[in-house]
Amino acid sequence: MKIGVVSFPGSNCDEDAYLAAVEHLGCEAVMLWHKAHDLEGSDVIILPGGFSYGDYLRSGAIARFSPIMQEVVAHAKRGAPVIGICNGFQIACEAGLLPGALMRNASLQFRSMPVTIRVERTDTPFTVLCRTGDLLTMPIAHGDGRFTVDAPTLERIEGEGLVVFRYVDADGVTSEAANPNGSLDNIAGVTNAARNVVGLMPHPERALEPLLGSDDGSILFRSLLATVAA
Amino acid sequence: MSATPRAGDPVITPALVAEHGLTADEYERLERMLGRTPTFTELGVVSALWSEHCSYKHSRPVLKTLPTTAPWVLQGPGENAGAISIGDGMAVAFKIESHNHPSAVEPYQGAATGVGGILRDVFTMGARPIAMLNSLRFGSLDTPRVRYLVGGVVKGIGDYGNCVGIPTVAGDVMFDAAYEGNPLVNAMCVGVLREEELIRAKAEGVGNPIIAVGARTGRDGIHGASFASEDLSEENEAKRPRVQVGDPFTEKLLLEASLELIRSGHIVAIQDMGAAGLTSSSAEMAERGDVGVTIDTTKVPVRETGMTPYEILLSESQERMLVVAKRGHEADVKAILTKWDLAAEVIGEVIAEPVYRVTEGDHVVAEFPGTRLVTDCPQYHQEARESTAIQALRARDVHAITPRAEEADPMWTLERLLAAPTITSKGWITRQYDSTVRTGTVLGPGAADAAVVRVRGTKRLLALKTDCNGRYVYLDPRVGGRIAVAEAARNVACTGGRPRAITNCLNFGNPKKPEVFFQFREAVGGMGDACRALQTPVTGGNVSLYNENPSGAVYPTPTIGMVGVIEDASHVMPSAFRSAGDAIVLLGENTDEIGASEYLATIHGVVAGAPPACDLTAEAALIEALLELAASGVARSAHDCSDGGLAVALAECCVGTRERPVGAQVDLTAWSALPTRALLFGEAQGRVLVSTTDAERVLAIAKAHGVPARVIGRTVAAEAGLRITVGASSWERPLSALLDAYHESLPRAMARAVAESVTEGVA
Repeated sequence: MKIGVVSFPGSNCDEDAYLAAVEHLGCEAVMLWHKAHDLEGSDVIILPGGFSYGDYLRSGAIARFSPIMQEVVAHAKRGAPVIGICNGFQIACEAGLLPGALMRNASLQFRSMPVTIRVERTDTPFTVLCRTGDLLTMPIAHGDGRFTVDAPTLERIEGEGLVVFRYVDADGVTSEAANPNGSLDNIAGVTNAARNVVGLMPHPERALEPLLGSDDGSILFRSLLATVAA
Repeated sequence: MSATPRAGDPVITPALVAEHGLTADEYERLERMLGRTPTFTELGVVSALWSEHCSYKHSRPVLKTLPTTAPWVLQGPGENAGAISIGDGMAVAFKIESHNHPSAVEPYQGAATGVGGILRDVFTMGARPIAMLNSLRFGSLDTPRVRYLVGGVVKGIGDYGNCVGIPTVAGDVMFDAAYEGNPLVNAMCVGVLREEELIRAKAEGVGNPIIAVGARTGRDGIHGASFASEDLSEENEAKRPRVQVGDPFTEKLLLEASLELIRSGHIVAIQDMGAAGLTSSSAEMAERGDVGVTIDTTKVPVRETGMTPYEILLSESQERMLVVAKRGHEADVKAILTKWDLAAEVIGEVIAEPVYRVTEGDHVVAEFPGTRLVTDCPQYHQEARESTAIQALRARDVHAITPRAEEADPMWTLERLLAAPTITSKGWITRQYDSTVRTGTVLGPGAADAAVVRVRGTKRLLALKTDCNGRYVYLDPRVGGRIAVAEAARNVACTGGRPRAITNCLNFGNPKKPEVFFQFREAVGGMGDACRALQTPVTGGNVSLYNENPSGAVYPTPTIGMVGVIEDASHVMPSAFRSAGDAIVLLGENTDEIGASEYLATIHGVVAGAPPACDLTAEAALIEALLELAASGVARSAHDCSDGGLAVALAECCVGTRERPVGAQVDLTAWSALPTRALLFGEAQGRVLVSTTDAERVLAIAKAHGVPARVIGRTVAAEAGLRITVGASSWERPLSALLDAYHESLPRAMARAVAESVTEGVA
């Protein structure tokens, strides 16, 4: 499996995602420059966290117009796995790859802390090794993470089972206290109808070693490996 | 060639000279150097370079007394940042710098650009930044103005660092009325590099082009360096335009482009255009290389029309670099900058003629002989005299202060102290900082006495901490200076790190006042004592004077940024208790000292008495003992006793990890001869609480290092709470009360700020 990590100007988790692929998964990986038109044979694309183009105008709003995104969107349309983490999730939403949008946190403050998320769906390339209801702990670090969507779309994505992760407390229960940013229905991550694109606000690439506090992010990356190898 | 005035330049008058902050003596010195009347442009250049901020004219003679060398020091003071070797061919570059004055008038941009500036100082050494720290001082949280400043500064630091993608991992925050009109915002950056990648900002090679890189130059921040070199007053509010505006996105691009440039081999030197912008960066690089330079201001990329050479030279527009490239490599340099969508323009060159020359096209607008612009700056040997009022405060018999009736229950006192802004958890602040980006943060904010960050390319880790108790320094600058270093070193050792070197940020009042200069001289002397005793030389830093306003000066605050090295991840120790059933060992000795304590300040509103004694030999032994404990893996946690003393340290060990609190039962009868308040809340130095499953081993290691040690109790289930026994007396509290005091006090105070901003329309 070859993982392509897109580097936008202002991406700052691209190196972390690259290292997750190379050092943690032991796969081949390549950094993809935002001005390029070539995915260099990547099977999986990661849209990493950061502040692409300074997040000026609106998080992810400019990145979706970058040359590489045309290729990423085409790749996703062909059914290949695409993962958006944090800013990457925002970009995927702006690019129309995922439903919804990420707004300013309800607290109006940046939030950097560990959160617990519950796995809702195991039929995505990112969660295939998980069990429904698994609880994973990993950091969040964002100012614009409040997932929102209009009422009919919410009904559709809940109905079609497109919610992949929810913020929960230590007992696995959704609650207002466990919701770090005011996301609708405690939604932390979603997928598209074809279930090949997944976006989430927490950072699995920062949770790959007990030394750093959690290795719960590992199963998401190993799921990718299992999907593509299968 | 000689410089001549431009059409429209104002005539040089004594009033204009005074407006530029030059004394009559300094102006005469300038005329003697030039042998003629300076041009307006030259006056501007000199006013910036001879400001305290750039020239250290009052502080240099004292700074020279600090130790700066050790076998592991690769770069001492005088460069963009200091650097030390940490073994395995890896090096660490680090520096701390103040942005106090800008933050006082515009907290958000002031703090943000402080972060930007210190980042550039580190990556211009060739180092990739991996961690940020912040040392902040504010007035009392009871005033809306202070809450506004706290909110703005924290958001400014967060927005900048978060966007660039450098984790903010540690810091220290204190609140005291002494900082009311003059908040202190000191930012520290730590970067890593391979030793051979270290680059210095020294202009070399006649004919080499000088290139301006990064953002365009505008009219913002003109005279920022001079602004930072005067007292704050009502009129300073009108100087808000002197505060620069930051753009972290451009900074991120500049960081990547600069590191690529340095590694490319196309350049010989690079320096941030920081304080005094193009003027100081070009003059300082020329001085280090002892070469001449010529710069044409019409070549500098600008963002506004009609800018004069004076404005271009003194602008402090952010996110700009000055580069000396290798001749013939100009196109390569431009190609790298273009890749990152940044501008690069050749604006001058290194010349053989020993002059510092600025032209506007063909017209010479400023010309100084040799490097005398930098080397001829006056130095002042100020008069120093201790304030008799402070002497009297120190001599006051604080033991005579009658305890309040409520103090009959020391747990009442403990709860008040845990809720005191200086002691209480800073989670409200740190959760606004990305502390985990770059996947290197092993122990982040609040998890240990110092932050622990790993370094790729070696199994060693870094322990990082900022510290300074300004109240101690105020009441006894010599002792306070020693304690600032000793406590930072102890914090680093509590995580398992060997203290290696410091950077410092010396925040003081107006040095022309003998009482302030006395504080400066003595505090630096105390720091020097401790740095020599603990083998932590000074590799650089920054001096921020004139931190005063009509109501007085700040506490003298020589902030220490300490860097330590942990040999292996298995040595790392957190600060909080881990689980029930461990023995609690106190290293060090309790005393009858309550002077200068947080207890007196919070419970009695008294700032008086002598700060606790600082025995540097004992501190050095304690550090060695901690390092052996860490290496042997026998300690499960280690936390030093500082603000609030032993009882506060115990409570912090119990409730520091909010999600997993641990109870404790301790018996301090061995010290029943001491007054209870001194035993529980006195701030005797050199004490550390260790939890362990093998108390005998801990005691043996302590004994081998000559460190007093005693088992004082055990950790118990959280439900059992905290119980402290002294002789026949015993006091206890459920952890819920301590958790609330420690974790909810700051959010509660700041929630008032949010309410105010809504009603008053304060951003």
